Amino acid sequence: MENSMADKFQQKIDDDIRIEPRDWMPEAYRKTLIRQISQHAHSEIVGMLPEGNWITRAPNLRRKVALLAKVQDEAGHGLYLYSACETLGVSRDELINQLHTGKAKYSSIFNYPTITWADIGTIGWLVDGAAIMNQVPLCRCSYGPYARAMVKVCKEESFHQRQGFEILLTLSKGTEAQRQMLQDSVNRWWWPSMMMFGPNDADSPHSAQSMAWKIKRFSNDELRQRFVDMCVDQAKILNVTLPDPDLKWNEERGHYDYGPIDWDEFWNVVKGNGPCNRDRIETRVNAYEKGAWVREAASAYAEKQASKKAIQVA
Amino acid sequence: MNDWPLWEVFIRSKAGLHHRHVGSLHASDEAMALENARDVYCRRMEGVSIWIVKSEEIVANNPENSEALFDPAENKIYRHPTFYDLPDNLKHM
Repeated sequence: MENSMADKFQQKIDDDIRIEPRDWMPEAYRKTLIRQISQHAHSEIVGMLPEGNWITRAPNLRRKVALLAKVQDEAGHGLYLYSACETLGVSRDELINQLHTGKAKYSSIFNYPTITWADIGTIGWLVDGAAIMNQVPLCRCSYGPYARAMVKVCKEESFHQRQGFEILLTLSKGTEAQRQMLQDSVNRWWWPSMMMFGPNDADSPHSAQSMAWKIKRFSNDELRQRFVDMCVDQAKILNVTLPDPDLKWNEERGHYDYGPIDWDEFWNVVKGNGPCNRDRIETRVNAYEKGAWVREAASAYAEKQASKKAIQVA
Repeated sequence: MNDWPLWEVFIRSKAGLHHRHVGSLHASDEAMALENARDVYCRRMEGVSIWIVKSEEIVANNPENSEALFDPAENKIYRHPTFYDLPDNLKHM
C-alpha cells in the first residue's frame, strides 16, 4: 500500500503535477519541506533586524520610506512562508518556538552586523541578489503553497535589490570617504553572500533527494556560479573590486572562476558563533515576550465581543 | 497565537474579476483579520475588495476520493462542441 502510494506520488512529481496540502505525501517529503520553509520564514523575520538597525538613521526621507517599506515586506514574506508551512500540519507556535530555542536555523547571512549605511545598499545588491537567485526556481517547487508564496515574494524582491543598488550607485559617485565606505562594505559582504547558496554540491547530502522531489531545481554550485557571473559586471558599474584575487573569466567554461570559500567560517556561524547570533535570537525572544500583553489583550477583546454578540442573539 | 483562529484571504484584484484565494493568516477577530489581510496582501494596490473566511468553516472534498467525485464528468464528451460532426463549409458556428 505504502509503496504504491509512494510510486504514485513520484509519478505526479515527474509529471510536474503540484502537490497540495491534503494530498498524500511521504513523511520525509513533509519533514524536508517543513524544515526548509520554516528556515526560510525565520530568515525573513530575522532579516528585518540588520536593516531595521538603520531606519532611524537613513540619510534622508526618501531612503527612510524605502527602507521602512522593505522591512515591512520582509515581515510579509515571513507571514506568507509561515502560512505555507502551516499547511503541512505544524503550528505557528511550534515554529516560533523552534526559532527561539535554536532548534531551527535561519540564513547565516543575518548574523553579520550592519555597521555602516553602505551595508544597507550592499544587503540589497548582494544578499537580496543571492536570495533572488535561490528563490526564483522555488516558484516552480513541487509543493503548491510554497511555490505560490514564492511567486509573491519574488515580485517584491526586485524592488529590494534595485533600492539597494541605487544606494550604492549614489555612494560610488560621492566623496572619497563614501567610495571607501562602499568598498569596505562589499569586502565584508561578498564572501558571506557567496555562502548563502550552501555547501558545495559534493558536501550537500540532501540535495539529490530534494532535486528528485523537485523542491530544488538547481544545485548550490550552479546557482552560486550564476550569481558570480551576474555580480562581476554589476560591480564594474559601481566601480568596486570584488574581494577575490582568483576571480577571472574562464573562456573554456564560459564562466568566471572564483577562489575557495572559507567553509570553516560558514559552519562556525551556522553553529551559533557568528558576530550577531546571540543578539538576533535575544531580540526576537524579547519582542515576543514583551508583545505577550498585546496578544492577550486582543484575545480578551475578541472574547468579549463574541459574548456580546451571543447575548444579542439570545 | 495558537488560540487565534486561522483565516483564509480572498482578494478581488479589480472590479469585474472573481475574488481569488491568496493565502491565510491568524487573527483574534474579524476586524484584525481584515486589517492584517490589507497589510499583508494588498501593500501594492493588489486589491479592491477583500473577503476573509474562517478556515475551519470551509467545506472541502477529500482528495482521496476525488477520482470518484469527478468521475461522472469524465466520459461525457457530448458536452463539448467538438463532439458534433458538421460540414466544413458551415460558417459562423
